[in-house]
Amino acid sequence: MKNKISNMKNRLTGNSFLLMVTVLLFVVMYVAGMIVFSDKGFAKPQMFLNLFISNAGLLVMAMGLTIVMIAGGIDISVGSVTALVCMVCAKQMETNGASAGMAVLIAIAIGLAFGLVQGFLISYLDIQPFIITLAGMFFGRGMTAIVSKDMIAIKNETFLAWANYKIYLPIGSYSKKGNFIPAYIYPTVIIALLIFVVIAIIMKYTKFGRSVYAVGGNAQSALMMGLNVRRTKLKAYVLDGLLAGIGGFLFCLNSCSGFVEQAKGMEMDAISSAVIGGTLLSGGVGTPFGTVFGVLIKGTISSLITTQGTLSSWWVRIVLSALLCFFIVLQSIFSSMKKKG
Amino acid sequence: MKRKVVSTLLCAAMVSTMLVGCGGGADNAASGDAAATEEGGDAAEGGTITVGFSQVGAESDWRTANSESMKSTFSEENGYELIFDDAQQKQENQITAIRNFIQQEVDYIVLAPVTETGWDTVLQEAKDADIPVIIVDRMVDVSDDSLYTAWVGSNFELEGKKACAWLNAYAEAKGMDEINIVDIQGTIGASAQIGRTKGLEDAAAEYGWNILAMQTGEFTQAKGQEVMESMLKQYDNINVVYCENDNEAFGAIDAIEAAGKTVGPDGDILVMSFDTTKAGITDTLDGKIICNTECNPLHGPRVEEIIKKLEAGEEVEKQAYVEEGIFAHGGDVAEVEIDGEKFEVTEVTQEVIDARAY
Repeated sequence: MKNKISNMKNRLTGNSFLLMVTVLLFVVMYVAGMIVFSDKGFAKPQMFLNLFISNAGLLVMAMGLTIVMIAGGIDISVGSVTALVCMVCAKQMETNGASAGMAVLIAIAIGLAFGLVQGFLISYLDIQPFIITLAGMFFGRGMTAIVSKDMIAIKNETFLAWANYKIYLPIGSYSKKGNFIPAYIYPTVIIALLIFVVIAIIMKYTKFGRSVYAVGGNAQSALMMGLNVRRTKLKAYVLDGLLAGIGGFLFCLNSCSGFVEQAKGMEMDAISSAVIGGTLLSGGVGTPFGTVFGVLIKGTISSLITTQGTLSSWWVRIVLSALLCFFIVLQSIFSSMKKKG
Repeated sequence: MKRKVVSTLLCAAMVSTMLVGCGGGADNAASGDAAATEEGGDAAEGGTITVGFSQVGAESDWRTANSESMKSTFSEENGYELIFDDAQQKQENQITAIRNFIQQEVDYIVLAPVTETGWDTVLQEAKDADIPVIIVDRMVDVSDDSLYTAWVGSNFELEGKKACAWLNAYAEAKGMDEINIVDIQGTIGASAQIGRTKGLEDAAAEYGWNILAMQTGEFTQAKGQEVMESMLKQYDNINVVYCENDNEAFGAIDAIEAAGKTVGPDGDILVMSFDTTKAGITDTLDGKIICNTECNPLHGPRVEEIIKKLEAGEEVEKQAYVEEGIFAHGGDVAEVEIDGEKFEVTEVTQEVIDARAY
């Protein structure tokens, strides 16, 4: 018995405790919403699924950020990459007659290109990741405007068929009129969740994943352990770029258009999701699982405030900032505790 | 260390109990409310109409006036419940908000879109849920027109026609024998530019005016001034400037005054403008802008009209225009006639300005 308790204590310290707080916070928030707004449809399964539908792209991007942040870096270019992906895909499909499949390849290529260049500069030339990705952010947004300043609507039939393909689930809810409405998701949700599972496995069970934690935790000792720090960082950024590309494409499936102003500030949403999910900005700590809950918490806050109906939607930002502070303070308490003993 | 863990845990526990506590308390109130509305609903047949409104943001006075108009029209006293969502200029926020409205089973969705494109998926969801969507202000570009029920906004071509009809009547009243006009256009391709330019071109052909030049001022003051400067250098016989919004007019006035010419009823050049913003109409009072045609942000009443028709089961027009006035300096023209319809011209006074909502 005693043994068991001390075991639990061990498990509960540090990272897993932070993760637990995140999950608990989400559950409490959501359940409270379900109770308070039960007459406004908050308890419907579709409301929960909408969190994933609306944030599928963000979820994938936040996965990428979780990886680079665990590796001790940062990437603030993902929002611009998204805009660029949407714009180039829209332009290629609408004016140059590219197929929807081609658009997927374009999205991946753009993401990889950003990841490779930024990753190379950061890991092999030892330049601050913030500055490099800031440049990437300006470049991406600028290039988007160069491709086209207009809003381009995507009317490619295959693409729209993907975007509008509803996958009905065996659950559902009754409307006020008494009709049963089955809940549905879009393919983007499945792709995002699959990517999450793959990333979670990579981070936990592969040599690369463990190297990322080691490099982020302490690059010096990782180097002494014989890890190739630079290569690990480069790989992390390439993977992050790839995920930004895919996330951008999922975002595009949700918005079906290309436009210069798209996804502005999305990188900050992704970073805050990762932080709320328990990822340390200083590196070495974090999980893809926690990030999923970070994204869900962000989605829930905005959903709660929209449902409430009279509060200004700017409250989303205020609540989010309060949560960020709360989590950062928690994190710093834990890291100081770790140092002591 | 142990103590710290315990205290943090306690802290977290406190926060969560607080949240749960609040939730629980509000729950009782909410369920009470729900019961009340249900009873009320039975009594008043249908009860309150819930409207979800997704607004672009609050980037300009025009937009704020637009939001206020919706809020005052769809108030509780009028039998509505308005769920207002400010999208902060982001389309993805609007898409999320509309999905939220659908789950709340609002009776109507009103959308002032940030962008024209990218609405197919979410509007299809609204259609599947049998919720009528009314678009206001900007148009949406969707593959299937049945995805929205109606659109409410400004008739920009009529605005142009009104301004030109006013100019024609004014020229007659003042005995101006020749009209040499330059057009400072809006951003090329914007619906406001297309409509207002067309109004001028048609009128020039009809009344025999000389359009000396047309160039875009991109709806900004700086560009309007720049364009006006170059036009003044090119032509010395300009007597009317047709600016397609107020900001351009401010720039044009600066350019004209800098070139040593005068604006106004007794000056060298008449400046015409659109939008009738607060600053714009103040210049109209001074006579700097001789005639200012309104671009009305008060969409609420028109949207309500459509909702009432839909509630009564009547057909609605796909496009509905808001009423827009003509504001002029001085009372030389009392009204103008366009295609058999008469429009009153308002003489700008301080009271008129004070009475305006925006």
